[in-house]
Amino acid sequence: MTAYIIRRLFYAIPIAFGVSIVCFALVYIAPGDPLQTILPEDASEETILMVKKAYGFDKPIPVQYFIWLGKVLTGDFGLSIATGRPVTDEIFKALGNTILLAAGAVLVAFTLAFTLGTVAGYRIGSALDRAVTGIAVIGVSVPNYWLGIVLVIIFAVELNVLPATGMGPRGSDSFDILVWNDFRHVIMPIITLSLIPIGIITRTTRSAVAEVLNQDFVETLRAKGLLETEILIHVIKNALPQVLAVMGLQFGYLMGGSILVETIFTWPGSGFLLNKAILTRDLPVLQGTILVLAIIFVATNLVIDLLQTAVDPRLKRS
Amino acid sequence: MSNGSSAPLVSVEDLNVKFVSRESTVNAVNDVNLTLDPGEVLCIIGESGSGKSVSMRALLRLLPERRTKITGALEVDGKDVLALKGKELSDFRGGLVSMIFQEPMTALDPVYSIGHQIAETVRRHEGCSMEKGLERALELLELVKVPSAERRLKAFPHELSGGLRQRAMIALALSCRPKLLLADEPTTALDATVQIQVLILLRKLQEEMGMGMIFVTHDLGVAAEIADRVAVMYAGRIVETGTVQEVLNSPRHPYTQGMLSSTVHGNMRGKDIEAIPGSPPDLRSLPTGCSFAPRCRIADDGCRAEVPAEVTLGPGRIARCFKLDETAAPKIREPMPA
Ligand SMILES: Nc1ncnc2c1ncn2[C@@H]1O[C@H](COP(=O)(O)OP(=O)(O)OP(=O)(O)O)[C@@H](O)[C@H]1O
Ligand code: SF4
Ligand SMILES: [Mg+2]
Repeated sequence: MTAYIIRRLFYAIPIAFGVSIVCFALVYIAPGDPLQTILPEDASEETILMVKKAYGFDKPIPVQYFIWLGKVLTGDFGLSIATGRPVTDEIFKALGNTILLAAGAVLVAFTLAFTLGTVAGYRIGSALDRAVTGIAVIGVSVPNYWLGIVLVIIFAVELNVLPATGMGPRGSDSFDILVWNDFRHVIMPIITLSLIPIGIITRTTRSAVAEVLNQDFVETLRAKGLLETEILIHVIKNALPQVLAVMGLQFGYLMGGSILVETIFTWPGSGFLLNKAILTRDLPVLQGTILVLAIIFVATNLVIDLLQTAVDPRLKRS
Repeated sequence: MSNGSSAPLVSVEDLNVKFVSRESTVNAVNDVNLTLDPGEVLCIIGESGSGKSVSMRALLRLLPERRTKITGALEVDGKDVLALKGKELSDFRGGLVSMIFQEPMTALDPVYSIGHQIAETVRRHEGCSMEKGLERALELLELVKVPSAERRLKAFPHELSGGLRQRAMIALALSCRPKLLLADEPTTALDATVQIQVLILLRKLQEEMGMGMIFVTHDLGVAAEIADRVAVMYAGRIVETGTVQEVLNSPRHPYTQGMLSSTVHGNMRGKDIEAIPGSPPDLRSLPTGCSFAPRCRIADDGCRAEVPAEVTLGPGRIARCFKLDETAAPKIREPMPA
């Protein structure tokens, strides 16, 4: 298994490399000149050249890439064009905020959806199954920002029991999810964000469980006298790899941060940051954020892959 | 082997199994009567779809409860099988009675090791620890002659060949010393040479452990090799029973006769029972009379009017046919037109 983990890690390197090239190329793919926003309209040739030099834009593109990559590898993503602050700080602050919501939403969704999906998978076609399928359909088809707004109206405006926006009085720097007053701020965003994963994970679990129950070995488990609870453990372990796969994807998407949901709750996460970077053409921020998100995506897939092989040895790829 | 004075290990009376759905009712098993003495081997032979597997599953109550209607009396070792509930039923399965299935590829859980799957069965029935269960699993794998058993204990099903998997399945089935072993075509999916090895092993273990065994097969050669008694099934009915010599050497039911004459005598191994013209009836709407009538060479209007009752020809020798006087030897040696 250790050898396998090392091999899989090794495979992830070229992917990360490719992603870094794409991120870097964004500067040249994106329309418009990134320096335009910070240069005055009437800047002289000289000034432009100076600024270009300062940002390293005067060198050949491949050289720029390797310089950029070298810095990135040491954790230096350069300075934000919009704010002049180090991109690394902005990214990790935003990602840290988003991860609170993403992890929370995945945890909530997984627990709920796995239970619902398993129950439905055991009773395909029953009233219970139809109810669960209904919930799953609502999950994937109701826009989550709409739910967010409804929640705000009910719990913040009408009942006034939960805060509508932000990260609380102490802000994002000293936010502590274990403190109730801070925790209150993540409740509604997490519920909102878990809506889609609930739908998707429920559906996947339901079909995975039903599929496993149709396999011959379940009859063997009955024939050898296992109790239903013991059989359930076998069924779950068999269904798990499929569910883990979609769970990983959902976590990946959530890490990108939902611009709409983060806007509704004024949550300073990665969606917020990306949005701002796009509007201000802040390419260093854009490059860095996308690169880090892509790496997180690759890493999530790797972890999921390893978890899957730990559960089901047949999935080991050579 | 059959001990006249002792009570039978298995007694099946008027077993009927119907699969009920909105569209139709499948009469998979009809009025089946069976007995098996302790330590005896009964082979059930019959064409595909004749209800062999369904009968076996009924004995272990493995059929889907909601869609299946089972009536009749099923007794194993004095236990009323149809009355078993909850934990009693789980204790019965794998404890008193075990089953080996046809497909060793799919009958084992792919995500647990062989050792775990055997050990958890031992733990379940004997209440021991998993470690004790694993020790027992190792002994069992050695008993069924799995080479390098210690290593195979940790192997997953996909890492073993079909033959080894079936041996593991046998080890699993024998793990709690059942009194009755149900084997549903356990060698059909295996290569010819492996088939014989597994068959010999099963027979040997069955004798050593004194288990009763019901063995389902398509293969007359297999039946000849392993059975004490044979029951021939057709369209969910047992049409003929007797000792292996009686049924294979002097069959009385036209179906058995047709089946045997389509097999070259003395070289029955590997022969399927498919050479009788016509096909079995639709189990959703059985003919009013004898189910074999549409294919029977000597059928008459009487045969089509009602279902023939069981006729006892001797001790343990029964056939379901109206015209048994016509089917008696020596006529049976004549080959049937194929
Ligand atoms: N769960 C079920 N629901 C509905 N019909 C079923 C079910 N299980 C079996 N049957 C039907 O019952 C009949 C008898 O099936 P069974 O599996 O007992 O045949 P078999 O004698 O074992 O055949 P084979 O030699 O092919 O294994 C078949 O027509 C089959 O389609
Ligand atoms: S009862 Fe009639 S149709 Fe049926 S097997 Fe006997 S002779 Fe043939
Ligand atoms: Mg069968």
